[in-house]
Amino acid sequence: MNYNWNWGIFFEMSADGRHTWLMTLVIGLGWTLLTALCAGVIAFLLGSALGVMRTTPSKWAVRVGNAYVEFFRNIPLLVQLFLWFFVLPELLPKGIGTAIKQMTPPWASFVPAVLGLGLFTAARVSEQVRAGIQALSRGQGQAGTALGLTLPQRYRFVLLPMAYRIIMPPLTSETMNLIKNTSVALTIGLVELTAAARSMQEFTFQVFEAFTAATVIYIIVNLIVVNLMRWLEKSIAVPGFIGPAAVGGGGH
Amino acid sequence: MGAFDFGVIERSIGYLFREGMTFTLTLTGLAALGGIVFGTLLAMMRLSSHKWLSLPATAYVNLMRSIPLLLVIFWFYFLVPYIGAWITGSPRPIQVGAFASSVITFMMFEAAYYSEIMRAGIQSVSRGQVWAGFALGLNYWQTMGKVVLPQAFRNMIPILLTQTIILFQDTSLVYVLSITDFLGAASKIAQRDGRLVEMYLFVALVYFIISFLLSYIVKIMQQKIAIIR
Repeated sequence: MNYNWNWGIFFEMSADGRHTWLMTLVIGLGWTLLTALCAGVIAFLLGSALGVMRTTPSKWAVRVGNAYVEFFRNIPLLVQLFLWFFVLPELLPKGIGTAIKQMTPPWASFVPAVLGLGLFTAARVSEQVRAGIQALSRGQGQAGTALGLTLPQRYRFVLLPMAYRIIMPPLTSETMNLIKNTSVALTIGLVELTAAARSMQEFTFQVFEAFTAATVIYIIVNLIVVNLMRWLEKSIAVPGFIGPAAVGGGGH
Repeated sequence: MGAFDFGVIERSIGYLFREGMTFTLTLTGLAALGGIVFGTLLAMMRLSSHKWLSLPATAYVNLMRSIPLLLVIFWFYFLVPYIGAWITGSPRPIQVGAFASSVITFMMFEAAYYSEIMRAGIQSVSRGQVWAGFALGLNYWQTMGKVVLPQAFRNMIPILLTQTIILFQDTSLVYVLSITDFLGAASKIAQRDGRLVEMYLFVALVYFIISFLLSYIVKIMQQKIAIIR
């Protein structure tokens, strides 16, 4: 086959005239990680709150939590990002809508991407948090009540500390999913890692070098995240408790 | 605020469903079918005691699961013509249509996810059954085909279907190849008529209704076919 390999391409000047192609990919990785980090914070906080709501005795709290999860799980992520990027500014009052649309380039895609990914991932985190709390034996909550703890105290001091430890393995894969899902933001113009590789492919025609580099970077990130989470899981483990193994399959 | 025109949906609804949704559903169906078959084979390879079978399968599944679907879509879009040329011995990359390319992509990608599900399914069948099969004089393929896999499938039907609903939503990503799937069709109309808000709200609603109904059916099915052990 007549494909011209050229691995030296990474050290050639990129289309922007300032960085090498390698640097372009690294900057892309930076945006991938920054987006994932910001969205991750939203997802963790909101997901935890929703997960807790869905285990409380309050019927309406459970319903609101369930409705949220159904809504964000049944619409494709790409469509959700379009809703944040194209639709939301039009539905807001004119002044705010125009202000959003006039944000300078990376932020105009970055903000909707973080918002969209954060809210989407929150639904998935809340599923895990709920499952973690429900996996604890009933006696734990009851012991809390017997000790005179209020409902918020029971969650804060008894249920959540154990639940988070149990769900570390699924949270690890959610973190990985989040990092991979940031690539969808390229459709609204965020130049993250996949988009950087794609632009390299479009300008240089070195398709396979560009995609190989992106693939290798994703695998390295994957390994680092998995090991970090495993280390975290070990260092916060409570002796004598072992979380149930992650249920196989599904996801993405 | 009053300038929305939802009539654009009514005018284009035939095109949206005849062209777009048909493509989306065909792609989902073919990718699910191929993905489950290929995924089951991968799962059997991973569970094999031969290292030369289990190692490549494990590597493939881990590779597919650690890179984003969009990158896989781009990979296959450019790779398939070269693989085709290699198979047919043609000196230059062959022409592969957008449809064939996306079917192959989703089959190969989803196979990794289905294989994890099938692996759990095969492992959910007790070892004694495999031994019983061998004791009856069945060979590996007979034991797998007549004893293990039917039970593995039955145990995993809800999870397989849930994964297929995720696949149905993921097919919207072929948008990046400018293919006229449901989202692609809506996006074309939206840009032609300058009606992004109306069209994307409608797309979200349609995806929501279909996915919600399917998950509801899966939930009911799960209760019906649950095996009491």
